[in-house]
Amino acid sequence: MNNNVTALQLNKETQPLLDMRAITKNFGAFTALDAVDFSLYKGDVVAIIGPSGSGKSTLLRCINMLELINSGTITFKGEVLGTEMRGERCIRAPKKVLDRQRRYFGMVFQGFHLFPHYTVLENVLAGPCIVGRKKRAEVTELGKKLLARVGLADRIHHYPSQLSGGQKQRVAIARALAMDPEVMLFDEPTSALDPELVNEVLDVMRELAAAGTTMIIVTHEMEFARKVANKVVLMDGGVIVDQGSPAHIFSGGGTERCKRFLSSLGLRENS
Amino acid sequence: MKFDLQDIYKNDDTPETSELALKTDEPLNKSRKEKSAVLIIHPRPKRSDWLWYSLLIVVAALFIELVIDNPRWKWDIVAHYLFSKRVISGLENTLILTACASALGLCLGLIIMACRMSSNPVLKGFAYIYIWTIRAIPPIAMLLFLFFVSAIVPRIYLPLPVLGGNLFDIDTTTLISRFSAAVIGLALYLGGYSAEIFRGGIMAIEPGQREASKAIGMSDFQMMFHVVMPQALRVIIPPLANELITMFKSTSLVTVIGYVELLTTVQLIYSTNFETIPLLTVACIWYLFLTSIAMGVQSLLEWHFSKGAKR
Repeated sequence: MNNNVTALQLNKETQPLLDMRAITKNFGAFTALDAVDFSLYKGDVVAIIGPSGSGKSTLLRCINMLELINSGTITFKGEVLGTEMRGERCIRAPKKVLDRQRRYFGMVFQGFHLFPHYTVLENVLAGPCIVGRKKRAEVTELGKKLLARVGLADRIHHYPSQLSGGQKQRVAIARALAMDPEVMLFDEPTSALDPELVNEVLDVMRELAAAGTTMIIVTHEMEFARKVANKVVLMDGGVIVDQGSPAHIFSGGGTERCKRFLSSLGLRENS
Repeated sequence: MKFDLQDIYKNDDTPETSELALKTDEPLNKSRKEKSAVLIIHPRPKRSDWLWYSLLIVVAALFIELVIDNPRWKWDIVAHYLFSKRVISGLENTLILTACASALGLCLGLIIMACRMSSNPVLKGFAYIYIWTIRAIPPIAMLLFLFFVSAIVPRIYLPLPVLGGNLFDIDTTTLISRFSAAVIGLALYLGGYSAEIFRGGIMAIEPGQREASKAIGMSDFQMMFHVVMPQALRVIIPPLANELITMFKSTSLVTVIGYVELLTTVQLIYSTNFETIPLLTVACIWYLFLTSIAMGVQSLLEWHFSKGAKR
């Protein structure tokens, strides 16, 4: 458990922003997450890496309750997410509460999932207007500012079908930012992109990290994880097998599994 | 081979490079250049085309001979009855019946769809049995059942358990007129069929759209109203238009319970004057006219809801 100590030492704050305890998620007979513990501190940029099917996306989706956990506790700033106690029994919180709690997080998907019937600007304003019940005129400036931040000021009246993959993903980032979330969740944001478009998305994420945004990124971009993250988590078979600073993980980590995963990547790069 | 490939690329390039290419392989390159300047490619003429054009002429001639120029069709009688008072009032009844049954049926369809897609087994089972029943029973039988429902349930009342007496107590025959039986019967049908159309449209929307809506904090209703339904409508409109146009012809079935709509009106007229063909033509002209309007509206709606789908 040396790794946990090093992870904690990276942060001066002692109270975690997000605290997950013994999270288990089953899909039928398959256990996707097996009693996972995970903590996130304000300003952290966490990269979750690992082979496919290791549970990294599931962990991310459990945080904003797109998947509902089967057991365990998720606490955000001391508030229990998704469940409540009725006497001795733990039951799911009402949908209304889940919808409200999801607003702590902004999510960016591998497949973008922009709303195709809205223009770029309308996509970004969907959160503030529909969920935040603000007038469109009030938030148009915010939308334009966010789109300028992701470098798409000249595309605001286009429809998603008129954009490249990289542009779509940057709109998706702006859409998530529009709700002013406390944590940004990225689920393999560059995996569906053509190689030459990957960097334009990573640049935006780099800029967000530099501005102090708390982020969790599930990624296969090892170089990006090494340079931008301040904490790397390696998952395999539904458990966290190793975690720590990028230097610690990419120098071989503390476990045999970590070394094997890194060497498998090395082999892939050479062939 | 090597030269050949280079020429192909250099042809469209800057003049210097194509000049260079000319020196290396002059005759081939020159001929290609000249031809590409004058050669416009036309579609290959199809010998079968003239066959279809001549067939079209034959069919047009037959149509004129057998329908338009046929004295037995009695177009003067058609013209006389087309705007006659009785026909117009029959048409009005058809339109009112269609409008009421469609409105009620679509609401019912939404409710049945919501039940069918709910996670509650009771609601799901109810919707399933409803759709099964509607698909099984012929519409005419359903209309007759409804019209004679007073024979099975003479009074409809709701007793108050503690206070005694009834909250309401209605004679079923006053509730079920020819019109209300027709509206309810047709609405029940549309409800069953449109529920499946709505469900199909909603299932056609990829799950990522819901996840994205949920991730920015939308409630189920907001997700349905702002994200899922506007996209599903694109898929729903063509089969739904089909169903609504069918509905407006199905109104002619209510003749079995004696409600006088367009087709019943012309039947009543030709049963006295025996001008069967001209009067059926009158009805068909109106059905054609109304269907054209409905299809026009369909095109407009499809255009409206295709926002973002075109490049």
